[in-house]
Amino acid sequence: MTDPLWMVGIKAFLVVFGLLTAFAYMTLIERRLLARFQVRWGPNRVGPMGLLQPLADAIKSILKEDIVPAKADKVVFVLAPIIAITFALVGFGLIPFGPEGAFFGFDPWVIDLDVGILYLFAVSEMAVYGIFLAGWASNSKYSLLGSLRSSAALISYELALGMSLLAPVMLVGSLNLQDIVEWQDKHVWLILPMFPAFVLFTIASMAEAARTPFDLPEAEQELVGGYNTEYASIKWALFQMAEYVHLITASALIPTIYLGGWKMPGFIPDIPYLWMFLKIALFLFFFIWVRATWFRLRYDQLMRFGWGRLFPVALVWFLVVAFYVAVNGSSAQAAPQGAVEPPASQALFTPGGKA
Amino acid sequence: MSVTALAQSLGITLRALFSKPVTVSYPDAPVALKPRWHGRHVLTRHPNGLEKCIGCSLCAAACPAYAIYVEAAENDPDNPVSAGERYAKVYEINMLRCIFCGLCEEACPTGAVVLGYDFEMADYRYSDLVYAKEDMLVEVQGTKPQRREAAYTGKEVKRGYAVPYVRPELEGFQAPVFKDPERASIARQLGVDKPGGKK
Repeated sequence: MTDPLWMVGIKAFLVVFGLLTAFAYMTLIERRLLARFQVRWGPNRVGPMGLLQPLADAIKSILKEDIVPAKADKVVFVLAPIIAITFALVGFGLIPFGPEGAFFGFDPWVIDLDVGILYLFAVSEMAVYGIFLAGWASNSKYSLLGSLRSSAALISYELALGMSLLAPVMLVGSLNLQDIVEWQDKHVWLILPMFPAFVLFTIASMAEAARTPFDLPEAEQELVGGYNTEYASIKWALFQMAEYVHLITASALIPTIYLGGWKMPGFIPDIPYLWMFLKIALFLFFFIWVRATWFRLRYDQLMRFGWGRLFPVALVWFLVVAFYVAVNGSSAQAAPQGAVEPPASQALFTPGGKA
Repeated sequence: MSVTALAQSLGITLRALFSKPVTVSYPDAPVALKPRWHGRHVLTRHPNGLEKCIGCSLCAAACPAYAIYVEAAENDPDNPVSAGERYAKVYEINMLRCIFCGLCEEACPTGAVVLGYDFEMADYRYSDLVYAKEDMLVEVQGTKPQRREAAYTGKEVKRGYAVPYVRPELEGFQAPVFKDPERASIARQLGVDKPGGKK
């Protein structure tokens, strides 16, 4: 079943709206949680329990003076945050929140791509363009250095991210997120056979969303920002938004791939949305917890960890799984789902939706 | 950078998450002051109601910030203001100059000027920060802006602190008692709800 185009539009709007609202309130939740981790109360002055704080923040960042440096490349300077937020937002539409027809008779996802994971990587990697163009267009040496540093970090961790995701994809034999969820429902949650890949992917996701152990792109305390030094007002907020949306997408992607997506194993009833939202909340909490606890890596530590530890381990695990799949065959061939499932090698590049 | 250390650190922060925040929600909740807090001066009285201050100006002489101005006058023997020959006709402390060191209290031969607890003295005019005798006598509660607000709203003076007990030098001083249940419960939690009780 394919949804009509108008429905896709409505769902896309809802996803964007939902993500931006989630971003706004996650800033509040994160600040409150961080405060409790640090044995303080956190922002509780605006509205009851501080619930209007995101609104106040939004009004403040929109009304602030929007400075564009005199020597900046004005077009690119404005374009960079838009690129960052746009490509952060388009990734989320793939995540399935329930079975077909769970959204008032329509599918609870915006797009269903057979190359789902490839698409996710394509759009999430575009974040580098936002960061790099921001640093370049600012026409400031510090912004440029910051953007170089951030782009290098993002690209380095993108490798480990992709590698750690290839292993489960090989085992399942599909890049389609729906298929991965189905496979986990039939067999076992991928976190069990793929625990190293799960850990690697979680770590690399933190780097991808520029979260604390790897939040060098921001590094306010010691580097005054980095690539976004020259940005102010709503443009700066857009970068923050993009980072947060990346984090939310990562928190949705990890359970989808490793923790059974919207389904629960065995006797627990599969309730659309509920389990998925819970799992997303779990991972968001984990990321905030990590931010409250761990330190920020220095640049050389960051690169050494990315290239020297994360990438080789991901590579070795990838080879181990590849060997296993070569001997036993991928489950797409062993246990075909539904009617006719093309072999994994063809499924990657078959245009159009699945049966 | 061992993995166990990282996991341990996560445990530490998780414990912190479930502990009670140490932050005092100050304007909403009273701040707990120590009994020897150096706050706004109090001009105390003898139990018979006579002022202890005899207008000797030793406090003004001791003041390192030149914040005190005293003008003495002879007591009317039939209707004395203070317990001595003379009394302070004018007693002013400039709270903008005062450094709350307490040397005036140490210099005072009669124990008349004692540093109290009020500290919320922020105001709009220089002249309003010069506290006269009427602003510091022991029966006066709160600072000038606090009393002005109370007069304006018709409510009682809202003082933002609580003390476990009032030290004996502040004879006759009334520490704040919280009628508002929320503030009272916070004062109870801080152990400062019964002034004069715990010593």
